[in-house]
Amino acid sequence: MNPNKSSTITKHCYHCGEQCGDELLLVDDKAFCCQGCKLVFEVLSENDLCAYYDLGNHPGESQRKKSKSNNRFDYLNDQDTQLKLLDFKNETESHITFYIPLIHCASCIWLLENLYQVHTGVYFSRVDFVKKKVQIKFLHDKISLKELVNLLATIGYEPKINLSDLEEKPKSSLDKRTISRLAVAGFCFGNMMLFSLPEYFSEASLMGDGFSQLFSYLNIVLSLPVVFYAASDYYLSAWNSIKQRQINMDVPIVLGIIALFLYSLWEILGMGHAGYMDSLGGLLFFLLLGKIYQQKTYATLEFDRDYKSYFPIAVTRLHQNQEEVIPISKLQVGDVILVRDEELIPADSILLSAGASIDYSFVTGEEIPVPMKKGTLIYAGGRQKGEPVLLTIQKSPSQGYLTDLWNNESFEKDKNRLLEPLSSRISSVFTWTVLAIAFLSFSYWAFAELSIAVKVFASVLIVACPCALAMSTPFTLGNTLRIFGKNKFYLKNASVVERMALVNAIVFDKTGTLTDPANAKIDYQGTELSEETLRVLKTMVSHSTHPLSNRINYWIGPKSGISVDFLKEIKGQGIQAFYKGQQLKLGSKNFTGFQNSPSYDKGNLVFLSLEDQDLGYFHIESGLRQEATEVSQQLSPNYQLHLLSGDHAHEQDSLAVHLGEKIQYNFNQSPKAKLEYLKKLNLESQSLMVGDGLNDAGALQESTVGIAISDQVSHFSPASDAILDAKAFGKLPAFLSFSKGSRSIIKASFVLSFLYNIVGISLAVQGLLSPVICAILMPLSSISVVLFTTLSTNLLAWRKGLLTQKID
Amino acid sequence: MEVIFLLIAISLVLAVTFLILFFKAMKGGQFEDDYTPSIRILFENQPKKPIKNPSPKPESNE
Repeated sequence: MNPNKSSTITKHCYHCGEQCGDELLLVDDKAFCCQGCKLVFEVLSENDLCAYYDLGNHPGESQRKKSKSNNRFDYLNDQDTQLKLLDFKNETESHITFYIPLIHCASCIWLLENLYQVHTGVYFSRVDFVKKKVQIKFLHDKISLKELVNLLATIGYEPKINLSDLEEKPKSSLDKRTISRLAVAGFCFGNMMLFSLPEYFSEASLMGDGFSQLFSYLNIVLSLPVVFYAASDYYLSAWNSIKQRQINMDVPIVLGIIALFLYSLWEILGMGHAGYMDSLGGLLFFLLLGKIYQQKTYATLEFDRDYKSYFPIAVTRLHQNQEEVIPISKLQVGDVILVRDEELIPADSILLSAGASIDYSFVTGEEIPVPMKKGTLIYAGGRQKGEPVLLTIQKSPSQGYLTDLWNNESFEKDKNRLLEPLSSRISSVFTWTVLAIAFLSFSYWAFAELSIAVKVFASVLIVACPCALAMSTPFTLGNTLRIFGKNKFYLKNASVVERMALVNAIVFDKTGTLTDPANAKIDYQGTELSEETLRVLKTMVSHSTHPLSNRINYWIGPKSGISVDFLKEIKGQGIQAFYKGQQLKLGSKNFTGFQNSPSYDKGNLVFLSLEDQDLGYFHIESGLRQEATEVSQQLSPNYQLHLLSGDHAHEQDSLAVHLGEKIQYNFNQSPKAKLEYLKKLNLESQSLMVGDGLNDAGALQESTVGIAISDQVSHFSPASDAILDAKAFGKLPAFLSFSKGSRSIIKASFVLSFLYNIVGISLAVQGLLSPVICAILMPLSSISVVLFTTLSTNLLAWRKGLLTQKID
Repeated sequence: MEVIFLLIAISLVLAVTFLILFFKAMKGGQFEDDYTPSIRILFENQPKKPIKNPSPKPESNE
């Protein structure tokens, strides 16, 4: 279509931009790397949508790795499932919002919004690029939900549907309500300020009494929406906390609002004075502003930690020799299911097929598949590698081993039992103190003159309003979370920062945390391999997706493979190849028929034989992460370090060389033992646990702070308080000291706002506070505290190397 | 100085109008996605095939 696009002669896929391999496919002079990409192009060109390719270079997503089973969306025909997914449905049309993670460029938006040209059943589609969502309205007589999802999958935009979507629809955002409250408060505050300004400068008297009266009444009218609408959330929260016989920060705020409102009413109506309505408006405006900032920070950090997202949403069940796809919740004990390559086992079940190769990386953290025999019990969470297998369900999905682990009672415990957030502890003390001061000064002045006593009582409550106190914590922690997020360290919520600051013991899980799969140590023993053999070997290991093959592939380095006559991978056994009439075998000892016994009794061994004669073997040992040594050195002076591992103790000596002697090593730890270890540790210290898989889920949950380390952020583990991108592992010491710094900043800002309060209260109890001072002091203290916390966290982050520019 | 009464009335009406306009904009979803429209406006208009479907309704449901 476009002459400029003739550059496709270089063998990059026209659709996805990947380098085309040997199986180059050509359509209209355009090269495609696989059938999938070609298919997408054909669908688009049939519908005259090739402008897709003009908007961006190679806008598509590679279709090569997509699983292509035709019936995997069958569960969408289920009426219950449909109702849960749809936003809206009537006799003719349905509306649905999909989450499509693949949306990444202008072409994606264009294509998805032109969906009506591909299928006449779709009449409206609109993309939200930032949220990666698309809202589609379609006529369900012309296209069913399943066909729609299939269509999206065909053009390369498969929506992500998981079980948590089915449970409930996300509610309309709370955020919107707070924003309308803020708008009302801001509107009233601004106008009240205008009407009160003459009062501050005694100009009103120049204009005559009529004006100042009018202004005061206008202020009352404007204060009504503030008191009865904008502040309503605070009444609710204060009332709830009183009902639970506690006092939270909102109680003094509500007391202040009520006192301020009633006192101003009395002043304006009874005394003919100006009142403090403008301060009231300002108070609510700044409070709500802080709240929205807080919500914004939380919203960006919200992540789906529902374990159900790990589980396949539908299962293929064999029913009267017919394959059918059903939602997982309908699975029953005794059902026979079919699990294909790379699919998860949804529930504990018994293997019916001759053999399977199960990858338990979700459960044990070990990614090397375990061979299984017919009749063995396979636990939920395993992943089948290789041929499809048949299984009978033994337990319904909710009772599986993994759910048992998650439902362990220790998970239910509220971690806040350990540490109440600093602010809420101070706030109850603060509230009682302020109330005491207010009542004391009221009774003192009541003997002299009642009108002064009322004024003093109200102004103590007003000026001592813990506005600055209430804001310092969310602003500091919010900014801290933002800075952590920039460094690929994602916290569940702000209270994690406070807990991190108090940690004094750190527990590392070994596999996947301190060790890096890409950094494995490989040792080759045996006859030296010729260049030619190495190249044959390269071809063999590239063919396989087995983790050990990948590591050997890495060890061979950048060589080009050589074509062999015959190549076959026997899953769970090894790889067999014929080259120049000779048979090469790479794999387990039995498979290769290896005779000599190796000198290693630990680690993983891969044997190599030529025509059933021993050639040699590879010894593969997981290697430490590059930053591990540095991290343990930086942490050991200040923290107690522990290491837990499910492996045998044979690696202790080599680990001690790299990590130092100060660490307490514990080997042969089962998930249960890890949990017990953490429980014991928690009796005397605050622990931080760094782990990776579901097998430490119990321990992660039990620890004060549980950090899940992840090589891909999209593949995090549940049950953790925080997710750390593996690349940022080296920054762990900086993160810890930064959270300590944040806590100090919160304390410092408390001191600052206490100073304001002391000055304010000491003036107020003497009856010296005029409305002007009151109105200026309140927003001023809040603003200065917010500025102080934001600037000082940024400065601290910059010093720790967590922020490249000082302020952004 | 009586003109000030009029001015106050006008200023209040104006401010209320702005508040109402803001609410309307927020309800209409103008603040929900502030990125995609900036890309959408750059797309070329294609000669469209006649569409037999019901005409796309303006944004109404939320």
